[in-house]
Amino acid sequence: MYKIVSKRELAPKIKQIEIEALRLAKKALPGQFVIIRVDEEGERFPITITDTDSESGTIKIAFNEVGKSSKQLGNLNQGDSILDVVGPLGRPSEVSNFGTVLCIGGGVMVPGLHYLARALRDAGCDVIGVVGARTKELLIYTKEMKEVCSEVFISTDDGSEGFKGLEFIKDEILEKKKIDRVVAWSVAEVTLKTVSDITKPYEIPTMVLLSTIMVDGTGMCGCCRADVGGSTKFACVDGPEFDGHQVDWQLLTSRKRMYLPEERLAALTYEGFSK
Amino acid sequence: MAKLNLNRVSMPKQTPEERGKNFNEVAFGYTHEQALEEAGRCIQCKKRNCIVGCPVGVDIPEFILALREDNMVEAVKSLKAKNALPGICGRVCPQETQCEDVCTLGKKKAPIAIGRLERYVADWEIVHKDEIPKDIEKAEPTGKKVAVVGSGPAGLTVAADMAKLGHEVTMFEALHVAGGVLMYGIPEFRLPKKIVQGEVDYVKSLGVDLKLDSVIGKIALVDELFEEGYEAVFLGTGAGLPIFMKLPGENLNGIYSANEFLTRINLMKAYQFPKYDTPIMIGKRVAVIGGGNVAMDSARCALRLGAEEVYIAYRRSQTELPARAEEVENAMEEGIVFKFLTAPVRYHSDKRGWVRAMECIQMELGEPDDSGRRRPIPIEGSEFTLDVDVVVIAIGNRPNPLVPSTTEGLDTTKWGTLVADEETGKTTKDMVWAGGDIVTGAATVISAMGAGKNAVTAMHKKLMNIEGEE
Ligand SMILES: Cc1cc2nc3c(=O)[nH]c(=O)nc-3n(C[C@H](O)[C@H](O)[C@H](O)COP(=O)(O)OP(=O)(O)OC[C@H]3O[C@@H](n4cnc5c(N)ncnc54)[C@H](O)[C@@H]3O)c2cc1C
Ligand code: FES
Repeated sequence: MYKIVSKRELAPKIKQIEIEALRLAKKALPGQFVIIRVDEEGERFPITITDTDSESGTIKIAFNEVGKSSKQLGNLNQGDSILDVVGPLGRPSEVSNFGTVLCIGGGVMVPGLHYLARALRDAGCDVIGVVGARTKELLIYTKEMKEVCSEVFISTDDGSEGFKGLEFIKDEILEKKKIDRVVAWSVAEVTLKTVSDITKPYEIPTMVLLSTIMVDGTGMCGCCRADVGGSTKFACVDGPEFDGHQVDWQLLTSRKRMYLPEERLAALTYEGFSK
Repeated sequence: MAKLNLNRVSMPKQTPEERGKNFNEVAFGYTHEQALEEAGRCIQCKKRNCIVGCPVGVDIPEFILALREDNMVEAVKSLKAKNALPGICGRVCPQETQCEDVCTLGKKKAPIAIGRLERYVADWEIVHKDEIPKDIEKAEPTGKKVAVVGSGPAGLTVAADMAKLGHEVTMFEALHVAGGVLMYGIPEFRLPKKIVQGEVDYVKSLGVDLKLDSVIGKIALVDELFEEGYEAVFLGTGAGLPIFMKLPGENLNGIYSANEFLTRINLMKAYQFPKYDTPIMIGKRVAVIGGGNVAMDSARCALRLGAEEVYIAYRRSQTELPARAEEVENAMEEGIVFKFLTAPVRYHSDKRGWVRAMECIQMELGEPDDSGRRRPIPIEGSEFTLDVDVVVIAIGNRPNPLVPSTTEGLDTTKWGTLVADEETGKTTKDMVWAGGDIVTGAATVISAMGAGKNAVTAMHKKLMNIEGEE
């Protein structure tokens, strides 16, 4: 059992919780994730680690309340416990002095990206941030990103704040500055693909964080497989970050939709139940 | 003594029609009378081949004799002296290639149904726990800390025996339950999970500290375990890495590794969706690739989920099927369609990325290969297509590289298995032993247990500085 020691709402339906997990707190690095199982009937699902505190022995995770499992997790409060938290899984993001790194984060992935951006800054990089969301109300962690980035751009899909969409990256950033590396994290594949398409002509190494469906998270089932550069990779052990210029986006998108009808059914039953 | 009967007593089972619709155990096990009758067929021969045929050397004639004399407590004791997990082995061992294969009766007709008797005795014990004197001898504490990584049959065996020898044992398991393949791979209808957890509870009752959700190589490296004060480490992490065939279309929706398919069903209970949250795609026409136990289990699970037609595509012929004979028979009775000498070559999808058809090629058997089995050769121009909406790839597993790749000094073979001494399980790293599928590649429950026993002897000697080892 893993106790929730604090809970915070970052935006409507986006929550961040801090979990007591002594060993994990000492070991986890930016880019790694945990597999969570809320209760006995629960499924196993991955969530990116957004921070660690080895002193208090806690880790933080942030999530969107979209499906049954994440809603259930969101309904837990400070003092409640989660049945299983396994990790730190996946390869950590590469951190070294790359020069100027552009960190592009969408929605719920921004807190985790902030954890990486901070590590990159500490490693000597000049970090430029792009914080994106569907709409203004869903922008999160902009303040925190500003603390670790030399410059932060805001982008919303509907243009309600900052730039509309991501196309501005080309003219406003890539054309003006020499960028040595791009890191893009988002649960929306289209964001990752768009970014990869934009950076490709500039030949800037672009790492994207793939959020595939997972079960064990240790390389045992192959449920998380993705096609990268023509070969099959397991996102949980070979990733979750991959070279964005080599990802087969169509396959990724279709595999993520594998259980949409079941997910809808589970969410609906759960909502009916919790009302 | 009963009159010598050359036919074994058959074991009552659910009918194929019934059992195809539920996940309950297929075989009910012998009644007391049936067990006594079957035990009565044993001629207590001098040769005692069966003991040699058993990878852990159970004194089979002895436990059968006790059973025949209706001395159940003795039967249990005799059996458990060599095999800590008889309820499991009685159900899943390939007896027909081990003890029963060399049974003297087998020369004339049916060998004694040793597996069924073993199961009977083990199940009797569960019901009559209180009647058995608790004389678990636990040695004086040695003050030595031992780490066991992985809680499959190899890890459970080592944990139990090391604890009995007085060592302080911690068992680390990556998943949220202990048991390894016994929990996530082998289905409920063949090995009820209650039985596995009964054995896990027994191991815990010996004082073993079980740490779930602990992936060694991630949460702690092997070398860090030594830093934490563990003096010996046993690696029983199994062969959990699924092999894919690299065929075009293999990543389409609806195509599973057997590990994923079985884990969703057995570990996560997807067959009870939406009561349990984990979903699984329920196919109408399912193809399973492979011919081992894993393939049989996958096919029979697919049937029980509600598939209308389930195929097993195997590239060799019926004679070469590596699965346990009883399970092949069960699968056939249940209406699984076997496509022998058949291998997939590519998969076709619909517009949304779901598998809709499997293109296959017909094979013929050529000369024997390294494994001694005749090599399948594709017949040119024999391609044909099967309409399918779920495919399960069950062609084998390799060891997960997670531990070897994060541990300095552990040598591996080209198949990814750990290099270890055959007799002791000692790896190339100081104070690290290994056994089970991580050393042999995918094998059997009983061989994993046997390897565990050997490692225990060696580890104990080394830890206690007893002469004669290394
Ligand atoms: C579907 C299926 C059916 C089978 N049917 C039969 C049968 O009928 N009869 C038979 O004899 N054999 C059968 N087998 C084979 C048998 O189950 C295995 O040979 C046996 O379980 C191997 O035991 P093990 O202890 O080596 O490993 P496993 O049972 O694989 O256990 C390894 C354990 O280690 C854990 N682990 C792995 N990596 C780590 C890590 N880094 N840190 C912590 N823990 C870790 C795993 O989660 C797992 O729990 C079957 C196998 C499968 C898959
Ligand atoms: S989640 Fe199972 S292999 Fe990646």
